[in-house]
Amino acid sequence: MASTPPSSLPSSSPSASSTPSSSALHLAVALDGAGWHPAAWREPVARPRELLTAGYWAGLVTEAERGLLDFVTIEDGLGLQSSHFTEPDGRTDQVRGRLDAVLIAARVAPLTRHIGLVPTVVATHTEPFHISKAIATLDYVSTGRAGLRVQVSARQNEAAHFGRRTFPRFDIEDLDTPAVREVTTDLFDEAADYVEAVRRLWDSWEDDAEIRDVATGRFIDRDKLHYIDFEGRHFSVKGPSITPRPPQGQPVVSALAHQSTPFQLVGRSADIGYVTPHDLDQARAIVDEIRAAQTAAGRAGDTLHIFADLLVFLDDDPGTAAARRERLDSLAGHPYTGDARVFTGTPAQLADLLLELRQAGLSGFRLRPAVVGHDLPQITRGLVPELQRRDAFRRAYEADTLRGLLGLTRPANRYAAATV
Amino acid sequence: MSKPLKQIHLAAHFPGVNNTTVWSDPEAGSHIEFSSFAHFARTAERAKFDFLFLAEGLRLREQGGKIYDLDVVGRPDTFAILTALAAVTDRLGLTGTINSTFNEPYEVARQFASLDHLSDGRAAWNVVTSWDAFTGENFRRGGFLPQGERYSRAKEFLATANELFDSWRGDEIVADQQAGTFLRDARAGAFVHKGQHFEIEGQFNVPRSPQGRPVIFQAGDSDDGREFAAAGADAIFSRYSTLKEGQAFYTDVKGRLARYGRTHDQLLILPAATFVLGDTDAEARELAREVRRQQVSGATAIKHLEFVWNRDLSAYDPDGPLPDIDPDLGEHTIARGRAQVRMYRDPLATAREWRERAAANNWSIRDLVIETGSRQSFVGSPATVAETIDSFVQADASDGFILVPHITPGGLDAFADTVVPLLQERGVFRTEYEGTTLRDHLGLAHPDADAPGERVAS
Ligand SMILES: Cc1cc2nc3c(=O)[nH]c(=O)nc-3n(C[C@H](O)[C@H](O)[C@H](O)COP(=O)(O)O)c2cc1C
Repeated sequence: MASTPPSSLPSSSPSASSTPSSSALHLAVALDGAGWHPAAWREPVARPRELLTAGYWAGLVTEAERGLLDFVTIEDGLGLQSSHFTEPDGRTDQVRGRLDAVLIAARVAPLTRHIGLVPTVVATHTEPFHISKAIATLDYVSTGRAGLRVQVSARQNEAAHFGRRTFPRFDIEDLDTPAVREVTTDLFDEAADYVEAVRRLWDSWEDDAEIRDVATGRFIDRDKLHYIDFEGRHFSVKGPSITPRPPQGQPVVSALAHQSTPFQLVGRSADIGYVTPHDLDQARAIVDEIRAAQTAAGRAGDTLHIFADLLVFLDDDPGTAAARRERLDSLAGHPYTGDARVFTGTPAQLADLLLELRQAGLSGFRLRPAVVGHDLPQITRGLVPELQRRDAFRRAYEADTLRGLLGLTRPANRYAAATV
Repeated sequence: MSKPLKQIHLAAHFPGVNNTTVWSDPEAGSHIEFSSFAHFARTAERAKFDFLFLAEGLRLREQGGKIYDLDVVGRPDTFAILTALAAVTDRLGLTGTINSTFNEPYEVARQFASLDHLSDGRAAWNVVTSWDAFTGENFRRGGFLPQGERYSRAKEFLATANELFDSWRGDEIVADQQAGTFLRDARAGAFVHKGQHFEIEGQFNVPRSPQGRPVIFQAGDSDDGREFAAAGADAIFSRYSTLKEGQAFYTDVKGRLARYGRTHDQLLILPAATFVLGDTDAEARELAREVRRQQVSGATAIKHLEFVWNRDLSAYDPDGPLPDIDPDLGEHTIARGRAQVRMYRDPLATAREWRERAAANNWSIRDLVIETGSRQSFVGSPATVAETIDSFVQADASDGFILVPHITPGGLDAFADTVVPLLQERGVFRTEYEGTTLRDHLGLAHPDADAPGERVAS
C-alpha cells in the first residue's frame, strides 16, 4: 500500500477528483436551531418548543437524507448564542440554548443509513483525546458516516466558562488589528495541533490490532497499538486512544474559513473547507488561496473539498421568497446580514447560481436554511430534483460511508505504513 | 405479614475492558460495534431493567511498561454511545462513568444535560476520580492532581455541575411566536462559581433537562469515597456482592446519610455482580468452572501474580509452582491503570499465604489464581439465582445489582428470559416500567418537584 510518513495527513486517491465540471455536485445542509435567520423561530412552520428534543433533530436529518444530501453539519458553541461577535448580547427575542452537537449526531445516527453526520467541535476548550474517541464512536454508531467541523472560540464569556484562559474583548471590525490577529493565529495554530492529535489518535490502533489469539491468550497485538506522543504548545497527548480505529479510518475533518489564517488550517488539516464567496471572482480567489495553502502543506495530491456556504430563502415564486425575507427582517428589527451570501429565489434559480459558482473550482455547497422547517424541504424536494434534471446531483446514494460519498478513499494508517 | 418486600433494582453493565469478559468463547461477539451495544440494551429493556451501565478508563493499562494485551481492550466514548442507545430504547436508564479529574464541569454538565434531553430523562452519571498522573498524560493538564486532592476536586466538580444544572429554572423558554419572546429572562443559565478548583462564571447554555439533574452515582470505596456518596450521590456502584460484605457496606454507608440530612431511601446500594446460569445448580457450577478457565489463561495467571509480586514473572510456568522469591516492595508498580494494583495491601503476607495454600493443595500458579481470584457472584439454576438475589436484597446486602455478564453481547439474554420472570413471580421486580425517567425507575424524587415554580411552562 501507499507508504505514508508518520507525520503526514491521510492521503486519498487523486482520481477522486475535486474538479467539479465533470462530476456531480456535493450538497450539505447546515442545521442550527430553527434556522439561520434570527427570527426563523417565529414562523408558523418552526417548532420552537421542540428544539431540544430528539424528535426534532431526527426529523430534520431524515428529511436531509430523503434529499440524498451528502451530510448535515450541526452548529454548536460553548456559550449562549449571541448576535455579538465575542460576547453575549442579552437578547430574549431569539433562540437561546442548545444541545451538544456531537450528542445530537449520535442520537440520530441509528435512525439514518446514508447521510453523513458532521457535528461542530470547539477546539479551544475541549480535549482532543475526548473528541477523538467521541467522533470515532459516532463513526461506529453510524457505521462510517462521521465527520467533525472544528471551530475556535475567542469569546471572553466562553473562556470564563472554563476559567483557564482569557481573551481580549473585540468587535468584528478589529479582526485585522495586529493584537487580534495574534490571538486568532494562535487559536488556529492550536486548532491545527488539535486536529493533528485527533487524527493520530484515530490511527493509534491499526485496523487489525484485535487478534483474539486463543493460543497465546492475547486479545490484541500490542505492536499494532501506538503511542502518538503528540507535543504541542498548548497540550500534549500520549495515546493510544481507548477506542479502536473507526470504520472510516479517518472520519472527515472540516472547517469554516473566512480569511487567510483559517485558510491555512483548511489547507493543512481539513478534508473539507467551507468558504463564503459572494460571487464567482471571489470564489476563484478563495479557491486559489486554499489550494496554495494545501500545496504549501505538502498535500497537493490529496482530495480537499471546498464547499461554498450560502444562506437560502427558497420558494416556488421569487417574490414569495423575497417577501418572506422581508417579513423575517422586520420581525428581527433589522435586515439580515452575515458572513455568507444570502440567496433569495426559486430552487431553479439557486441551481443556476450553484452551477455558475462551481466554475471557480468548488466541489459543493453547504446550504444554510433561513427557516429550517421551510427551506430544508425546499432544498430536498425542490433544489435536488432540479439539479438531478440537470445531471448535477446523485439520484441514489452510491456509498454507505461519508468518505465514500465524498470520493475519499479509506486512508492507510500512518503508523502501519511507518513500521512496515 | 412482616415488613413489605423490597423491590429489586437491576442494571446491566456492558461487559468490556475487565478481566472477567471472556473473549475466547465462540459466542463472544464484538465489544465495539454498535450492534453489540444495541443488542445488549434491548435485552436489558426487554427485561425491564432500571438502566445500562458503562465503566470507563481513559488510558490503556500497562504492565511491565507495555500495553496489557490479555483482556478485552477498546471501548467507545461514553456520551456518544449512550446517546446513540437512546435511539434504540425507550425507557432504559443510561448511566455513564465520567471522571472528575480529567474533565471540566461546564463541558460535562452540558453533555449530561444534553443526554438527558435526548433520552427524555434517562441520564445518570457515575462520578469517579480515576487513578493517577499516568492517565493525565492524555490530557491538556497532564497529571496535575495529587491523589489526596481527587475527592476534593470531585466534590467541587459535582457541586459546580449541580449549580449549572440548576441555573435554568425550567420555565424560561417561553417561545411566544406572536410576542416574539423566546426567553423569559436574558440571564437564564447565569452562574458564578468561585472555589478552590474552579473559578468560572457565565451562562450555562443547555436549558433544564427532563430530570432536572442526571441521577448521580459514585464508585469508590475509601472513607472519602463513602462520605462523598453519602453527601451527594443517589446510588453507589460498589464491589461487595457477597452477603456479609454487602451487609457491612450497606450498614456503613446508609449510616452516614443522617449526617447530611438525608434518609435511608435516598441512596441506593448497587454492587457489581456476575452470574453463571445452568439448568441445574450442578450444571451451573460446572459451567462456572469452565468460565473461570476461560477467564484465567496461563498468561493471565502469570500477569495476575505479577500484581502481587510486582516483578516480571514471565519466566515462570503457569502450570508449575509459585515463585519462591518475595514480592518487590519498591516504589514502582509493574501494573499501571489497573484496579488490581490496590487490591493487595500487604504483598509479602499475600505471597506467603498464596504459597502456603498452593503447596497444601498442590495447586499450580494457574490453579491458584483460578481458586483465589474474583468469583462469580451468583451461580446456579435460574430458580437458585432468583432466590439468592432476592434474599440478598431483602437482607439489606444491597438494593439490587449491576449485572456484569461475561460474554458480549448475548450474555444477558438467558438472565432476562429465565431469572427475571421468577423475580417477577416473587413480586419483587417490575413487570412494566411505571414511569418514563430513570428517577422514576429508581424511586428517586425529581429535583423539579421539590421546588414549586420550577416546572416547565406548558
Ligand atoms: C466498583 C468500582 C467501580 C469503579 N469503576 C471505575 C471506572 O469505571 N472508571 C474509573 O476511572 N474508576 C473507577 N473506579 C475507581 C474509583 O473512581 C476511584 O478512583 C478508586 O476507587 C479510588 O477511590 P477510593 O480510594 O475511594 O476507592 C471504580 C471503583 C469501584 C470501587
